[in-house]
Order: sequence, then structure tokens, then C-alpha cells
Amino acid sequence: MFKLSDVINRSLLTPFNIIAGIILFIGLIITALRFTGGLAAVTNLSDYNPWGLWIGFDLLCGVALAAGGYVTSAAVYIFGMKKYHSAVRPAILTGFLGYALVVLALNYDVGRPWRLPYPFAVQAGTTSVLFEVGACVLLYLVVLFIEFTPAASEWLGLKRARNLVVRLTMLLTILGVILSTLHQSSLGALFLIAPSKLHPLWYSQYIPVFFFISSIIAGLSMVIFEGTLTHRYFAEKMDEAHLREKEDVVFGFGKAASFVLAAYFAVKVFGIAMDDNWRYLSTSYGAWFLVELLGFVALPCLLYAAGVREKNIRLIKWAAAWTVLGIVVNRFNVCLVAFNWHLPSSERYFPSWMEIGLSIFIVTVGVVAFKFIVTTMPVLYEHPSYKTPHP
Amino acid sequence: MSVSRRGFLAWMGAAGITALGSQAGATPRHFKGYPQSLCVLHDITLCIGCRSCEAGCNKVNELPPPAVPFTDLSVLDKKRRTTAKTYTVVNKTAASGQEKKPIFFKTQCNHCLEPACASACFVRAFTKTKEGSVTYDASVCVGCRYCMIACPFEIPTYEYEEPLTPRIMKCTFCHPRVTKGLLPGCVEACPTEALSFGKREDMLKLARERINKYPGRYVDHIYGETEMGGTSWLYLSGVPFRNLGMREDLGTTPAPELTSGALATVPMVAALWPVLLTGIYALSKRREKILSGDKQNALAQAVAEANAKSQAALTAAMDKAKREKEEAVQKAVKAALEQSAKKTQEQ
Repeated sequence: MFKLSDVINRSLLTPFNIIAGIILFIGLIITALRFTGGLAAVTNLSDYNPWGLWIGFDLLCGVALAAGGYVTSAAVYIFGMKKYHSAVRPAILTGFLGYALVVLALNYDVGRPWRLPYPFAVQAGTTSVLFEVGACVLLYLVVLFIEFTPAASEWLGLKRARNLVVRLTMLLTILGVILSTLHQSSLGALFLIAPSKLHPLWYSQYIPVFFFISSIIAGLSMVIFEGTLTHRYFAEKMDEAHLREKEDVVFGFGKAASFVLAAYFAVKVFGIAMDDNWRYLSTSYGAWFLVELLGFVALPCLLYAAGVREKNIRLIKWAAAWTVLGIVVNRFNVCLVAFNWHLPSSERYFPSWMEIGLSIFIVTVGVVAFKFIVTTMPVLYEHPSYKTPHP
Repeated sequence: MSVSRRGFLAWMGAAGITALGSQAGATPRHFKGYPQSLCVLHDITLCIGCRSCEAGCNKVNELPPPAVPFTDLSVLDKKRRTTAKTYTVVNKTAASGQEKKPIFFKTQCNHCLEPACASACFVRAFTKTKEGSVTYDASVCVGCRYCMIACPFEIPTYEYEEPLTPRIMKCTFCHPRVTKGLLPGCVEACPTEALSFGKREDMLKLARERINKYPGRYVDHIYGETEMGGTSWLYLSGVPFRNLGMREDLGTTPAPELTSGALATVPMVAALWPVLLTGIYALSKRREKILSGDKQNALAQAVAEANAKSQAALTAAMDKAKREKEEAVQKAVKAALEQSAKKTQEQ
């Protein structure tokens, strides 16, 4: 556990710290440029391309990949799958950090970040899908924060606060699922208003459904993917229950991901049929669409299924990493690749190195925060004073 | 009891079927604009590409001076779009192919009857006024640029160079002038009849009259009459609008209807999810209880069986003891009888 002497004795010049330090330093320089020179100084955004990497990756991918929180807590507390209990806290933590970073990134992207509360405090535009997204993300960030407080209060010794929140678990979980359903789907619904700009293969009246279902897949896969990384780097922080349940989580979540991917594949195909978009499949956009559908939906579905059937934990872990990449590909396609497909290539958008640099900066902030929290607070192990009996 | 077909459909709708698709927004209703609202008719066949409208717009809106003076027509050789410093631009088609002469046409905000930007804005920074203009209020704008994503005509622009106070910039239809009874800057500056200003109904009538009067001069299409539900700028052209780069595939659905179906599912999710999830929770809780109940039953049964077994063993042992005792008694009695019989024989 956390001892000050350990920190002092250990050298601060570890490879991790050096690399993270450089990235954070560059990030701060880009921050300074953004808030002195405007978006024009750091991004390739234009009047044709108002949304770039910071929306496509930091917002769309960030929210989708932070879905592990609601997926895991729903599985354990609502569906009663108690054997995955040890996965809840890490998932809630990454969910909370993910959403916090999404909000951090938005502060760079919007013109006047201090006005972000305006839709709720000054003038509400309730006809906007973005209003729904904003409201749900804000509320869900609060829910995730409360859901995470037990770990922090155990660390700080705030027994009464901890017990109060633990009693609210069911309420918070249900609230989390409602809010996640709404904003995960609404992120897709944002694009419903632009049928003339988004390629027909990606534009569908079902796009909210696609985004919601793929967020479940993202959540399941991220729990496996992060679990693998956490185990590699923080194994000494894990208690017996965590290590024992780890494989159950991989097999259980892998199986679930395979099923949900199959359903997702089916609705995607149905989406093409619904709008009779088959003819686009023979175009170059169609080829890229097939890469996404076959390579990043059908393939991981089969890999997961094979991994679960053969009890091949390595295969499942690779399938999880591939699926996470597939979610990123999908969000990029909707927001960047297939959006504005009608424009000539001279008017299209490609991110500047500073946009990419800031996105890496945001991810690094998340990794550093995660590292700090799992090495200090009871996330990967149960606090000895609050052990709960498990069946 | 009989249920009419319409009643049945309405009931199905209420049951949430409509919430699944975009059908919920497709109620038969069409907003034809505020009565008496104003409009500009742009007759592209009359545009000479003099850029006077650009100059007029720049002047009345107090926009920054242009990089190239408005009298320099060489800028027309390259396709231009509205920018944060220009609310309106004139473009020229290449003079090749079937059209012998180049065609000039003006682009600016079309002031939709049901604007996509206003529907998309989460702080209601845009307002469709009853005069016809779509105005923008920078004092609430967050700068999210969703209006630019939403606009099918790619009109709103953004002050990307501004670090802390960027605004959305677009044509205001000269709202302050129009409410004072003045003409919009561009209309006032136009030396030809390429821009006509008036009530939308009158402009539609005027456009139709011109098409009827000179069928050879115009294509039979008033652009903006129905595009995206209709706009407060209308266009007449001698060539198909797609040749000018104006989209003819936008459809007639007003932008707000594109998202109303998705927004209509919000209350459904918020109302039905808690019930469903609590139900699932109750089921999983019950399953757990039954499982733990089974465990207790099994335990009790095992104890009972063990008890019964030991009871049986005890009984068997007692029986055996009893039997042995009886045998011993009988043996003793027999022996005693034998002894007494022996005794009597001896006597």
C-alpha cells in the first residue's frame, strides 16, 4: 500500500515517468498555443470541417471506450453476476477518468469553455441532440464520481460516507444505465441532422442504435483489454479475489462480447437493407465499409467465440484489443472519413500534429491519474476493513 | 367491442412502436413560414458577377476590409465560400461545355423556414424571426460548431483565429435594417434585377410568373421553395442547380424532423428502463434466494438422513442386544429346565 518512504526512495526517473513527462510538457505548450492563438493556431479545422480529431477521438471514442463502467456495474449489480465483482471498481474508475477526460478535451475544442454550463444554466436548446448528450454526460459524470467515492473514502478512512454510498449502489447503477443508454445513442443521433453530408453507408436512421450497441461491445472489450494491461503492470496490487476472478471475467465478458458483436453485425446489415444501400458496396467507400464490417465486427465476433470455446485466454485478449481498435475505426469513419465525403479532397480534413499531440496528452493524463489511483486506493484489492463475503 | 383501424394504429403508436424509428417525427405538418415574412429572390440569369452585393454587404455589416478590393473580379476564377469575414460570395461557373457564357451566382445564408442550425443549437443562439431572418446571438454561444455540422448549405463560419471569444459568422438578412424598413445591403447594392426583395408569397409568385413567361430561359425549379422544408431565399436558374454546385438531393424534410424521432425516445428510455432493470434485479435476487434456499434444504435433508441412519443403527443395536438378552434368558431357562429334569430323573 501507499508509503511515503517508498516514493522518496524510488528514483523518479523511470522510463514511464520520463516519457509521460515529455508528453505532458508538449501538451502544455499546445494548451498555451490553443488559448492564445485560437483553434486556427493548432488545428486543421475549417469552415467545411468544424469537427476534427478532438471530437472524433476525444469525445466519440472517449465516451464509447469508457462504457465499461455501466456495462460491468449492470452485469454485477442488476444481473446478479457476482463472480465479476472484482472487475467493478477498475471499470468504474476508468469510466470516471474517461468521462472526466472527455470534458477536459471539450474545454480545448469549444470556443468559450467557461460557457459549457450555459445550456443548463442560461438558455436550454432542448431541440438539440447535443443538449441531450451534454445533459446526460454531465449527470453521468456525477454518477460515476459518486460510484467511485467508496474507494476514495476507504482510502481516506471516511467510513460513514462510504457506507452511505454503498447503500445507494442499486439506484446509482440503474441511473448509470439509463444515462448511458441515452447519451451513447445520442452521440450517433448527432449525425441524424446531416444526411446530405454523411455517406449513406454510415448514415442510417438506426445510427443511435448502432452507437448504443457498439458501446456495450466497447465496454466489454475495454474491461478485458484494461484488465490485461493492469495485470501486467500492477499485479502486486491485486488481491487474491481479483487474481482468482480475473479469468472468469475474461471468459464471461468475451462470451458476452461475441454475442453482442453478432447482434451488432445483424443490425448493421439490416441498416444497409433498410435504406437499400447495397449498390454503394461496390464503390471505394463500400470497400472501406466492408473492411469495418467484416474486419472489425465479424472477425472479432468469431475470434471471441473461438477463444471462449477453446479456453484460449490469449486469443480473447487479442480479440479485445482488436475490437477496441474497431470501435475507434467506426467512430472515425462516422465523424471524419465518411463525413463530408461529397467534398473534393482539397476541402477534406486531416488532423495536424498538434491535434494528435493533444489527444495523446489527454490519454497520458488519464494513464497517470489511473496509475496514481490504483497505487494508492483500494481499487484492485479490497480494503481489509471493508471485506464483503462473496458467494 | 369494435376497434377502428385508425384507433388501433393510434394505440400501437402510444404503445411505443413509433418510438423505435424516426416515424415519431413524421406527423403530417408543414410549416410554410411566418405569414408576411420576407424573402429574396435571386434570379441567377440576371447576375453579372460585379461583386457589388459583396461590397454592399461588407459596408452595412461593418465587416473587415477585404484582402482583394471588390472591384477586382479575378477572385471569381476560383471557387469561394462564405468565411468569417464575408457573409456572401459570388461564384462563377467555368465557361466550358454546353454553356457558352459563364454563369454568376450569389451564395449566402438561405434563412431556412425551419433552420437546421437553430434546431441543432443547444443554447438556442439562433432564432427564426417572424420577419424571415435567422439571427444569431453571440452572447450565449459556447462555440461547439454543431450548427456548422447541421447546416445543409454549409453556410455558418467560425472565427478560428479568436482564442477566447470566437463567434459564428453568417448572413443576418440585415435584420436590423429590414426591421427599419430598409433593404438588405446586398439587394440595395445590386445594379440589376438579380435580387428582388419582398414577401415570400409574392416572391414565389414572381418566380413562377418568370418561369411561365420565359420557359426557355429558366429550368422549371424554384430552388428554396421546398428544399429542407423551404427557405427565405429563392433561386431561379437557366441551368440545373446541380451544375452550379447547389445540392438537389437535400429533400423536403425540414431539419428538426430528422432528429425529433431520436429525441422522442428519451422519455421512453427514462420511463421504461428503471422498470425493466428493477425487474431483472428482482429476478436475479430471487434466483439467488432460491439457490441459497436449495442449499439450506439440502443441508437439512443431509442432517435428517444422518439422523435417520444413526437412529436406525441404534435401533438395530438395541434389537440385537434385546435378542441376545432373550436368547441368553431362554438358554438359561432351558439350562435350568434341563437341570431340573436331570434332577427329577436322578431322584
